[in-house]
Amino acid sequence: MTTARLDLDRLGFDHGAHLLVDRALRALPGGGRLRVTGSDPALGVHLRGWCRERGHVFAVDPVAGFEIEPGPAERQRLTGAERAGGARPEEIVRHPPAHWGLAARGALVEAGGPSPGWFDLADRDVLWADLAPRLYAHAAAAQWDPATAVAWNASFELADDIEAAVVQVMTYLVENEQAALVIPARLLSRVHPHFREVQQLLAVQAADEARHVEVFTRRALLRGSAMGTSSAGGRASLASLLAEPDFTLASFLLSVLGEGSFLALLAFLDEHAPDPVTRQVARLARVDEARHVAFGVAHLEHQAALDPTLRGRLRSSIERRHDALANTAGLNADVFDALVVLAAGEWTPAAIARGYRAVQAMSRAMDDGRRQRLARLGFPPDEAAELSALHTRNFM
Amino acid sequence: MSEQTLLMGAVAYDPKVVTIWEGFRGWLRDSGLPFDFVLYSNYERQVEDLVAGRISAAWNSPLAWLRAQRLAGAAERTVRAAAMRDTDRDLTSVVVVRADSDVSSLADLRGRTIAVGAVDSPQATLIPLAHLQSAGLRQGAGLTVHRYDVGVGLHGDHVGGERAAAAALAAGKVEAACMIDANHLAFIREGTLAPDATRILSQTAPYDHCNMTLVDTAPEELATRFIDLLLAMSYADPQVRPLLDLEGLRTWQVGRTSGYAQLDAAVDQSGFYDDRGRVTAAEYAP
Repeated sequence: MTTARLDLDRLGFDHGAHLLVDRALRALPGGGRLRVTGSDPALGVHLRGWCRERGHVFAVDPVAGFEIEPGPAERQRLTGAERAGGARPEEIVRHPPAHWGLAARGALVEAGGPSPGWFDLADRDVLWADLAPRLYAHAAAAQWDPATAVAWNASFELADDIEAAVVQVMTYLVENEQAALVIPARLLSRVHPHFREVQQLLAVQAADEARHVEVFTRRALLRGSAMGTSSAGGRASLASLLAEPDFTLASFLLSVLGEGSFLALLAFLDEHAPDPVTRQVARLARVDEARHVAFGVAHLEHQAALDPTLRGRLRSSIERRHDALANTAGLNADVFDALVVLAAGEWTPAAIARGYRAVQAMSRAMDDGRRQRLARLGFPPDEAAELSALHTRNFM
Repeated sequence: MSEQTLLMGAVAYDPKVVTIWEGFRGWLRDSGLPFDFVLYSNYERQVEDLVAGRISAAWNSPLAWLRAQRLAGAAERTVRAAAMRDTDRDLTSVVVVRADSDVSSLADLRGRTIAVGAVDSPQATLIPLAHLQSAGLRQGAGLTVHRYDVGVGLHGDHVGGERAAAAALAAGKVEAACMIDANHLAFIREGTLAPDATRILSQTAPYDHCNMTLVDTAPEELATRFIDLLLAMSYADPQVRPLLDLEGLRTWQVGRTSGYAQLDAAVDQSGFYDDRGRVTAAEYAP
């Protein structure tokens, strides 16, 4: 039987001596014992209590110091422990069990503990896209500060009713961005933390939308103190987005179709904005939205390759939403008119005609984009065109 | 139901007692034992019910064990200490002074004031006071005792009295305080005592703490299975490990009665119970 020795010198348990004792016990061979000596006057009292609490056998050594026979508890604690998959993205498992819970991916997980039911999105084939880790890294690097990224003090002059049109469009954007914030936030709280890159991506997406809400609100209030109108039909359209509980379908409706359409809207504002601040906030938001769309499309492409029934479900989700919104007004008429006025920039027949054409071109660009993205998901061109036409008139 | 169920008493000294025994109950029932528990507000009523046969088993403090023995003797019943935690064996209590105190031996405490825990605490009052008495120091005769009566009736399970005694020492209200060995370190870690601010003056001989007491009226087969199951609980079992952690043990061990002589003598010396188990302690109202 081996008896190892440990001299603690003056170090007491009230200053961390247990760390050295623990380390020496771990290094013992099976059946080994540890003789501990030291000059702290309380060593015997504290070591006795400490050993008792940890299930070690403590004895006063007749020659000098104390002898410890380690108990099995520390070893037993890891009986049945398992690795929560591998740490790297390529080592994720398809169905992480609920009891891994919040454990870091790849951690050694002690058996027992809770099996929380709230991470119900726990299937790799439903959640994952190989692009997620790279998109997250890109998103994290592309964060901008609303206080400094926009030249809020840029000088410009706008007629009151042109400014009112800008305020109306900003009001509409804030409402839509709030929906785009809540949806990923709700989904992310259900994603199993094993798929942390997806969680991270959704978290950054929600943070992106929080910034968009801020900059659009700030632009709306740059010259006045009142926001524009919010239509019942617009809110009904957004409510139908929030009502979709399925991760894949919510991601499809929001990112691929909704935010996809918004890319054209934000490009329109970038091109036709009557002032530099509006142009800048639209451009910043567009870069972020492009990333959200990229993840949505990548995720669905990945899934469509694995699941031949996916396209049928995507189609049904568009049709369901269209039917649910059939009796609502769709886009706030104030918003449509505001877009025309904003692009016209002045109240002449020629300018209004120009603005109107620009809005029509934007609608076509939205439709083109939706059809292209639907084609990437494997829809034939005629079906893509048909489904694109069913998309909400509210754009998002 | 009582004919079919082994009924155990436990004292609710802390809300976690509910968690612990509900958990153990689930595990015992899953293992095939019809088991239930009742909670008591103090140990005196629990042991009276045990000896009267209203419960079959009692999770007893060491003081409750001694009273159960005395009550059983008077009622011509028998009780046995069937199991105990590994952590119930070989505890010691310590008498602590401030590091800068001029007291260097128990004899130096003559004429001084010492803080103890609750009137019914074996570890922070009864055993340390008997220890001091063996050095010739008695309350009123050379020693002033400040008692911190927190959780009276819980036999010192509530750590409040012991902590209050330690705090009184730190605050300079008393010149010594009594506590369990492990609590001296625990009070330093939690900040009740500052590191290096106290010195251990004296340590008692080892003694044992709680045990699972069975009365002879317990249904024998169920009682045997109950103890066998306790002894079979493994720290390697993830279902019971959190409960074992909460109850402060790694394994259940077969009960032994060799570690209660110190407390038994202290009970006699202080007149806490008489030999028939009647409560005779002054100022004790659980």
